[in-house]
Amino acid sequence: MTETTLSPEAAEKPAKLPFKSKSLYEVDDLTRKRNAAEKRFKTYGMAAIGVGLFFLFVLAYTIISEGIPAFTKTIVEVEFSLTQEQFDEAEGQLFKTKAYEQIFIGALQGQLQESGVSVPFDATTIERIVGKPGNTIRSFFTANQDKLGGPAAFELAASSRVDGYMNGRVTRENMTDSRFLQKTDLDLVDNLVEAGVIKTVFNWNFITGADSGVDNPGAAGIGASVVGSLFMMLVVLFLSLPIGVAASIYLEEFAPQNRFTDLIEVNISNLAAVPSIVFGILGLAVFIQFMHLPQSAPIVGGLVLTLMTLPTIIISTRASLKAVPPSIRDAALGIGASKMQAIFHHVLPLAMPGILTGTIIGLAQALGETAPLLLIGMVGFVARGYPDGFIAGFTEPNSAMPAQIYTWAARADFAFYEKAWGGIIVLLVFLLTMNIIAIILRRRFERRW
Amino acid sequence: MNEMPNIEQATDMTETKISANKVQVYYGDTHAIKDVDIEIQPRSVTAFIGPSGCGKSTFLRTINRMNDTIDICRVEGSIRIDGEDIYDPKVDPVQLRAKVGMVFQKPNPFPKSIYDNIAYGPRIHGLARNKAELDDIVSSSLQKAGLWEEVKNRLDEPGTGMSGGQQQRLCIARAIAVSPEVILMDEPCSALDPIATAKVEELIDELRENFTIVIVTHSMQQAARVSQRTAFFHLGILVEEGSTQDIFTNPKDKRTQDYITGRFG
Repeated sequence: MTETTLSPEAAEKPAKLPFKSKSLYEVDDLTRKRNAAEKRFKTYGMAAIGVGLFFLFVLAYTIISEGIPAFTKTIVEVEFSLTQEQFDEAEGQLFKTKAYEQIFIGALQGQLQESGVSVPFDATTIERIVGKPGNTIRSFFTANQDKLGGPAAFELAASSRVDGYMNGRVTRENMTDSRFLQKTDLDLVDNLVEAGVIKTVFNWNFITGADSGVDNPGAAGIGASVVGSLFMMLVVLFLSLPIGVAASIYLEEFAPQNRFTDLIEVNISNLAAVPSIVFGILGLAVFIQFMHLPQSAPIVGGLVLTLMTLPTIIISTRASLKAVPPSIRDAALGIGASKMQAIFHHVLPLAMPGILTGTIIGLAQALGETAPLLLIGMVGFVARGYPDGFIAGFTEPNSAMPAQIYTWAARADFAFYEKAWGGIIVLLVFLLTMNIIAIILRRRFERRW
Repeated sequence: MNEMPNIEQATDMTETKISANKVQVYYGDTHAIKDVDIEIQPRSVTAFIGPSGCGKSTFLRTINRMNDTIDICRVEGSIRIDGEDIYDPKVDPVQLRAKVGMVFQKPNPFPKSIYDNIAYGPRIHGLARNKAELDDIVSSSLQKAGLWEEVKNRLDEPGTGMSGGQQQRLCIARAIAVSPEVILMDEPCSALDPIATAKVEELIDELRENFTIVIVTHSMQQAARVSQRTAFFHLGILVEEGSTQDIFTNPKDKRTQDYITGRFG
């Protein structure tokens, strides 16, 4: 065949060679250029990664340094005993809380003297530092009359300015005297810190509590919003995963290829790119105004976010179904499995890691979404308490973490600003937990083929 | 293998297991298979040979309707197995494929244990009533595939971890496990080395006792070694079909002669 034609050519070839063989020790121009290009490309790559890492570091540093103060709170710890006589006397007065406040100031002075410092202060100074403590003390003793006569310790939350002074937000230099705090008060604060009366403790309330009013940043917590987000994620997971996977399996494996399915495909891809606020207004119109589902409820938020997450899940599921080698399908069909058996027994398990990756990306997106929640009323200040039970978790008004953070960031008091950063830390921890669970699940499903 | 039933082979010649009549296959507008008529005898090995793209694999896949999975593929004409038209609307391709098993070009074990690979077919077809019966099917299938001695102590290891030749024999065992009547093999040895190929060929020869085997191969030596009948395809046409000996020693058609002497392909 070709041998007869090839051999004469092959014999002639060496003579026809236009250049003579060069030494391998010399690097020629072309090779040098190629190597230089490769080196350049590597440098670009490393530079890109370096920039990425730099910003990641800046981000992490800012979030942590700004957010950590949200996890601490300043308290004024005073221990004193109230006798029955004092109690009766105070209860007999017209301004009852005022009387308790006097007792409190007396106890505080005593505690200061014990530790060897004496600074004169009056009731208004105390009010600037811990607010009006009289009511707290009164309600404690009226509720626990058996505690009368014995020593009782009080932990009172310091005002947000004092809190700011303790964590460095407020300094003598940047503050101006106001009815909230005066420079002279800071001397008393310093002395109280020395005496161990004012201290900084871990703020559990930030993690477990609910949102507070605009004038009380110290009591604000993200706990209720975390629960709101959790219920929303449950709705999103249990709706979007089965619907998305079923839709993708049908489209990928069963649906005929025609104009109609092409149209569906294009639209799914388009939906993935629709701004989230559009889904928000859709949710407002359909779920709240038309279907009359409760406003501000996590179930509505979950439904809206499900719509937003579906395209992501469908696209990634279809891609991972496509990536399963056709030989596996053939193998199953070849021994008489039905199409559905082939898909559910063999294709789907192999596609599972990819499906989970898509799901986690979708859920993470949904978890961080703020705009649509604001439109359906899941704003931060709604999260005033925990839902009473599992079902109520879906239907009672609540907020979600990003909406809560947004609300805090928009408030005037600077103390809320640090709460917003703290909220971001909680949000990231939540996200990280979710991702870790997904990675563990994916590891379990991962198999070679 | 030594006690090859030559007499039985002779008696079988009169029956027909598969008969194809005027089969046409279209891929969209392409007419891939034209007017193929062939009769395949039971308990024998029939080899399809021919250059790449000649349609031999396509025709093989019409016999268990694997072409159904390709949207644009259309089959005309009739293919009968034991006299029943497998393209009859009443026929469920899934049921057909349990009767006509298939082994593919590339070994494609499921990413599961060796045991589960074999047990999958019997499970979905309900061939075993309990675990003991299933165990029996698994061990006998592996024995028939000549793999039992090599894997009996590691049935729970993944099938994908075996060597290529072992994987292919595992796939053959998997096909046998659902007790098909016909086994189609699409270039089963093209991804294997000569030693593994020899083992698979030996296995095919043994399986001939119980199954009707149709094998597509690129290797003419292989066709000569394992088959009793050979069909030569060229450009979608069945050029010549006859006993393997005749095809290789005394081909009637010029194209067959050119192909087997290596003048094209």
